[in-house]
Amino acid sequence: MSGSDASTPARSDANPDRGSPRSGGSAGRAALFREGWLLVLPALVVLCAVMAYPLASIAVRSISQPEWGLQNYAWFFGTPVNLTVLQRTFTISAWVTVVCVLCAYPYAYVMTVVGPTLRVVLILCVMVPFWVSGVVRTLSWVLLLQDSGAINSALRGLGLPPVRLIRTQTGVVIGMAQVLLPFMILPMYSVMKGIDLRLVQAARSLGARPSRAFFSVYLPLSLPGVYAGAIIVFILALGFYITPALLGGPRSTMLSTLVQTQVLSLLQWGRGGAMGVVLLVATLVLLALAAPLMRQRHKKTGAR
Amino acid sequence: MTMSPFTRVLLGLCCLLVALWLVAPTLVVVPMSFNENKSLAFPPKGFTLDWYANFFSNPEWSSSLFNSLKVASLVAVAATVLGTLAAFGLDRMKSASAGWLRMILLTPMIVPGVVLGIGIYAVYLDTHLVGTLFGFVVAHTMLAIPFVLIAVSASLEVFDKRLELAAASLGAGRWTTFRTVTMPLIAPGILSGFLFAFVTSFDEIIVSLFITSPYLKTLPVQIYSSITRDADPTVAAVGTILFLATTLLIGLGLVLFGRERRT
Repeated sequence: MSGSDASTPARSDANPDRGSPRSGGSAGRAALFREGWLLVLPALVVLCAVMAYPLASIAVRSISQPEWGLQNYAWFFGTPVNLTVLQRTFTISAWVTVVCVLCAYPYAYVMTVVGPTLRVVLILCVMVPFWVSGVVRTLSWVLLLQDSGAINSALRGLGLPPVRLIRTQTGVVIGMAQVLLPFMILPMYSVMKGIDLRLVQAARSLGARPSRAFFSVYLPLSLPGVYAGAIIVFILALGFYITPALLGGPRSTMLSTLVQTQVLSLLQWGRGGAMGVVLLVATLVLLALAAPLMRQRHKKTGAR
Repeated sequence: MTMSPFTRVLLGLCCLLVALWLVAPTLVVVPMSFNENKSLAFPPKGFTLDWYANFFSNPEWSSSLFNSLKVASLVAVAATVLGTLAAFGLDRMKSASAGWLRMILLTPMIVPGVVLGIGIYAVYLDTHLVGTLFGFVVAHTMLAIPFVLIAVSASLEVFDKRLELAAASLGAGRWTTFRTVTMPLIAPGILSGFLFAFVTSFDEIIVSLFITSPYLKTLPVQIYSSITRDADPTVAAVGTILFLATTLLIGLGLVLFGRERRT
């Protein structure tokens, strides 16, 4: 969903005059602009008070506590444990993204080809996790994955040895991927439903094998949706806290948990702040790097 | 696209498995909520409604539900007003700076929850807002504004501005135009923004964990601390109730919208 939002500015830039018949001259437009500012202002004030100011204060604490300087960042990048966790955060997020792409792709494709009734059912299946409380969903995964959980008792019933799922990276990836899957399916679906299937038919009629038609025609056309979904999922996964905290163990700690421990348990505001800044900067840099990939969608499908 | 029967079956199977993966895990809380043992171990034994009774009679649980409903209602109203105003404002501006402003207003969606959590906690400690209703409402409103903005902007995007022009040319004032033309046409967008804002607040956990206090706990915080503290099956009962409530709401919405479209 956010994929289409991030690209909205690009769309409105393309034709800034659309739908402004009232703005006669530049004076009228300036008045509208002022009015627009006034309407946006209240939301902006709230945003500054509870997002911008808190983030700035964390950044300041990261270089001022216990004393001014970069010692917190030096500590973060100089301690092997932290680097391991940082690397693990990226690895787990990457795995979650891969699992989501592989599961979402066929699902989103099927959504575009089935009849309207079945499509509503499939859309509902995607939306239900959105509506069910996130904590409850994680609780369900605890019940399923724990050593005395549903999966292991089923395995025992079949006479198979139990598998260790909770407090492992596998468990964390399974739980996170399920929570994030809707964010992958929705952008993929919105791109796929715009693909003209006659292009694939044309490739087939020109003698391409089905696999060739898929890989050289359909897949490239659907890639913008894959990129958009993958970026959202990866970025959201980087900041995940609840699922790794409940499903993970000491060997699957992610950066968010480390930040929380530093601040709430050790009262190390400077160190926790530095970690938070690293996490935030990583997220923003990724988003900035990925923005051109997502914008490609408009170039490719813009002709329609 | 023509597909061989084999591909078709394979695709269908993949799709079915993913759909099950999306929906089925949540259902596991239902049998656990009737478990007679005071544990969350599988398989559940016997049948009891004790955990449901506990949810409604234990003040810890019922007050957290009440708090969540109170916070979410206030947030839904505040975020809908602010988000709708902002959506209108951005729609008026239609320029490069509007694009930037929109991005800025959407950032709460991507800032990692824990970073936001420690930041807000730091500021609230200084201003004595930890564990206050006002603190919860302001923080959740900030998190909910993007959802309202998206929903309302989407309906403004398809809204035909010439209708406003027509109303104005027929002598309607700006307020009358807004009330009788614009408002009814974008009402679905505002309503869905309202619902999203409510759900966002009702479900918010990470920031809430930081700004909570023993005197003011929301339901997700209570569920989280119950999961981490003990294996009390009441959480399974809560999960079942929440799941049923949302399913009913969605079903009701589908029926209502379906009927509206038909008439």
